[in-house]
Amino acid sequence: MYDVNKIRADFPILAREVNGQPLTYLDNGASAQKPQVVIDAVTRGYAEEYSNVHRGLHYLSNLATEKYEAVRGIVARFLNAPSEDEIVFNSGTTEGINMVAYGWAAPRMAEGDEIVLTVAEHHANIVPWHFLRERQGVRLVWVEPDADGSIPADKVLAAVTERTKLIAVTQCSNVLGSIVDVKAIKAGAGDVPVLVDGSQGAVHMPVDVADLGVDFYAITGHKLYGPSGSGAIFVKRERMDEMRPFMGGGDMIREVTRETVTYNDPPMKFEAGTPGIVQTIGLGVALEYMMGVGMENIAAHEASLAKYAAERFEGLNWLNVQGKAPGKAAIFSLTVEGGAHAHDLSTILDKKGIAIRAGHHCAQPLMDHLGVPATARASFGMYNTTEEVDRLVEGLELCHRLFG
Amino acid sequence: MATEAFEDIVEDFEFLDDWEDRYAHVIDLGRAMDPLEDALKVPATKVEGCASQVWLMPEIEAGTFRFRGDSDALIVRGIIAVLSALYNGVAVSDVPKIDAKAELGRLSLEEHLSAQRSNGLKAMIQRINKLAVEAA
Repeated sequence: MYDVNKIRADFPILAREVNGQPLTYLDNGASAQKPQVVIDAVTRGYAEEYSNVHRGLHYLSNLATEKYEAVRGIVARFLNAPSEDEIVFNSGTTEGINMVAYGWAAPRMAEGDEIVLTVAEHHANIVPWHFLRERQGVRLVWVEPDADGSIPADKVLAAVTERTKLIAVTQCSNVLGSIVDVKAIKAGAGDVPVLVDGSQGAVHMPVDVADLGVDFYAITGHKLYGPSGSGAIFVKRERMDEMRPFMGGGDMIREVTRETVTYNDPPMKFEAGTPGIVQTIGLGVALEYMMGVGMENIAAHEASLAKYAAERFEGLNWLNVQGKAPGKAAIFSLTVEGGAHAHDLSTILDKKGIAIRAGHHCAQPLMDHLGVPATARASFGMYNTTEEVDRLVEGLELCHRLFG
Repeated sequence: MATEAFEDIVEDFEFLDDWEDRYAHVIDLGRAMDPLEDALKVPATKVEGCASQVWLMPEIEAGTFRFRGDSDALIVRGIIAVLSALYNGVAVSDVPKIDAKAELGRLSLEEHLSAQRSNGLKAMIQRINKLAVEAA
């Protein structure tokens, strides 16, 4: 039995009020709140266990290094990666994808080579590829979602040609909530490597990279109930062997002379400079927390929220839900008839203590495709409740009265 | 004392007790305002720094300040209507003397504007002052 109230009690911020109303936090797609265990781990990390990692031989350095390195195993377990050496720490998905773009893709792509991506990608999975287009004439081949927001695997595969060097897709659209069958994409892609933006996917469903077979899978800590500035990317061993270091600096080297530099073994080869030590330790605690609740249980809870929300929205004939793909995640991009802008909705909902995101959600090509300048996005997480769906609907009804 | 048009708005707001009514009134003010023609919604009139799109078009004649504006968000349109009541008809040289934030504070609206929206408001006030200085 999923006890959502027990889970809510673990997240201290959920008890606060906003504008004199109980907080209804529905902006999880942008960033999730943190459970007390993560907050405690961060506090303890600085109060009792802090030092730089991989450097000193003193007690605290060993302790911090041990705690930090243990997270590699936790991330590997969370993603079911075959080896923890295939996990590279970073500040989040944006850094992870940029690392692949610079370190793996750029050296092996020539003018006219192609990258297949969907119109529903987040800018983090678009702009690094635009860099390759600008700098070396790589072609970006775009796959459009169906009218209901679905992004079928066969549509993605149909865009693959003999010039395709990479397929870069999200597992879950941050705007539409559509789930992409990345396993089918990888299975049908032949030798073409597949990079998955798991920013949203890993939050809402169990992920098994060994089963998916994908080459790269990037996650962001702050969306996984962990600290901001934490993240990781799974890189399959063969791809890691092909990848050049993206950033140079401390920690990633074995030896530096005036003439030469030799690199540390992967994954540390790809982790230059002092990392987000305490953030990463906090990420480990967050992932343990999620696994403790059970990713299947979280997914089932959110699926019931999504179903309930979809039913409630269905009753509002002035409300448009962008994206109604079957089995979509509990992410709803809303527009209303009557000329109210997403920012209008967000302002009024905020007055009711409801936090949503209004804007283009770092997905401007998708906004263009949908023909809307912006949407109001309600994105649910493991601690949200059906009562909060009701509160959102009440808030939207007030918007309709004010703007309709 | 601000302009008569603005004092009228202040008076109207005094009768509105709760925030829903205040917002409804702001939205009505925005609705009642003539929209800016699409041809005037160009980069030169666009105010950057607002969360939604905002355009301000100066119409300064014989030393009297006037502007028209528009936004794709209804609440912001209402704020533009309030600002036009505050500034329109004022001598260009008097525009910089107006403390817009303090005047808007009399409507008990400022406290309800989110930080992003406050930034937008700041950007609009800056643009108005810039237009006045350029015309002086």
